[in-house]
Amino acid sequence: MEKYRIDQSKGIEFGIYTLGDHIPNPLTGERISAEQRIHEIIDLAKLAEQAGIDFFSVGESHQEYFATQAHSVVLAAIAQATSKIKIASSSSIISTSDPVRVYEDFATIDLISKGRAEIIAGRASRVGLFDLLGYNLRDYEELFEEKLELLLKINEEEVVNWSGQFRAPLKDAKVIPRPQNGSMPIWRAVGGPPASAIKAGYAGVPMFLATLGGPATNFKLSIDAYREAAQRSGFDASELPISTAGFFYAAETTQQAQRESYPHINQGMQLINGRGYPKQHFAQSLDTRDVMNIGSPQQIIEKILYQHEVFGHQRYIAQMDFGGVPYEKLVKNIELIGTEILPAIKKYTAKK
Amino acid sequence: MKIVGLSGSIVGSKTRTAMDYMLKEVTEKYPDIEVTLIDLADYNVQFSDGRSYLEYEGDTGFVTKTIMEADAIIIGTPIFQASIPATLKNIFDLLPVNAFRDKVVSMIVTAGSPKHYLIVETQLKPILAYMKAQIVQTYVFIEEKDFLRKEIVNDDVNFRINRLVEDTIALTETYTKIREAKEAKYDF
Repeated sequence: MEKYRIDQSKGIEFGIYTLGDHIPNPLTGERISAEQRIHEIIDLAKLAEQAGIDFFSVGESHQEYFATQAHSVVLAAIAQATSKIKIASSSSIISTSDPVRVYEDFATIDLISKGRAEIIAGRASRVGLFDLLGYNLRDYEELFEEKLELLLKINEEEVVNWSGQFRAPLKDAKVIPRPQNGSMPIWRAVGGPPASAIKAGYAGVPMFLATLGGPATNFKLSIDAYREAAQRSGFDASELPISTAGFFYAAETTQQAQRESYPHINQGMQLINGRGYPKQHFAQSLDTRDVMNIGSPQQIIEKILYQHEVFGHQRYIAQMDFGGVPYEKLVKNIELIGTEILPAIKKYTAKK
Repeated sequence: MKIVGLSGSIVGSKTRTAMDYMLKEVTEKYPDIEVTLIDLADYNVQFSDGRSYLEYEGDTGFVTKTIMEADAIIIGTPIFQASIPATLKNIFDLLPVNAFRDKVVSMIVTAGSPKHYLIVETQLKPILAYMKAQIVQTYVFIEEKDFLRKEIVNDDVNFRINRLVEDTIALTETYTKIREAKEAKYDF
């Protein structure tokens, strides 16, 4: 785990992530400017650091209702504004980018932040960027596999010899600058059925698993498949970190948390996926066995500890700003995380 | 309430004839209901390539978005080679998983042979159920002999379509009320 900068004696890592969505607040119908949204994301990262949160990440989506297309630029600003918190992409769409440029950017962010940067490489759940950036959606899977492979190779080898289908070959190419310790953690973003988890396992790459809703045991299948594939490929699965990522919202009471978060999640889903979040499913997510971490601090602590028992994961990252949640509510969430949630989950998950 | 009639083939006239009769029944008897007929023969719909329905443009975007905004969908389909036409299947492929959640879907089927009667049960209903539709169980099955020169000539078919329209609207109202009552109980 050391290679991935994870110290299990300190307990599960807790992070915050944003997709960088830029959606009107459903309660007022108003949308803040992109400028304000970006500044609020940077400020939120600072607050997260002050509250003792381990990790903060920003995603890229190249379409309407998003503001952090240039997520690495936002991350560079966060690197400069903070000093302890780990920072990463969630995720970088490697399929439609040049892995060399992505690596140069994130190695630079690693140097600015003095060794705190990580890359989470994804293949995009929203595919608007394929048209925008001139890629063929039919190459969706192969683009990702090939470019991720190159990105990982650049991370391992300073001088790269490589050839592939979607990029000019590299001959004795030196990709610089190098991150502070020569390499940095690179994760594979995984969603949906276990197929993608299995590919991450075969390659021995740490896995970020999206767990948006439903019983935790559903996602356990992907986690088991990942570890099994890693073992079969000759990796020690206990040395490969796993992180989960999902909806989060804390308030004094579970009722209040549900009441405050539902309109935002529903509107966010409606605008981005074209279907709202069914109230029936949202009501079920109260159950401790459901992965959606929405509720009172106590309820969330119970859920995270239950998930940790089921998954044995090393990091959980929370999405709490989806759908135009006003900044003051995010501040309140950070406060509840720092004062109540973090101390409890760290205490019970620290490995002796 | 928004109803969309979806005529699922780009060839032939019998399905469209039946759908026109359905449309007339809705507009005459239920003037408050907003009803739109989409005849796929009038649109140039591309094949599904896996993207979100929101990202299609032109006719494809119009057809998918109109269907997604409906409270109820009345599908009209012929039977080709013992199945639904590819054009109709393509509409299902263009839509997201669970696209018909909280929607009522009913069916009018035209066929050249009575042997096709159970195609709906074995092929169309499973797709609709998978996509979470509330299905109006009884469908109207119309044979070639019930048509003459683009008119329905069997009174029984007219009566059955009238009942299908009535059932579709009654079920949509009912499910909406059930959902509203259920959602009112949630405290968020």
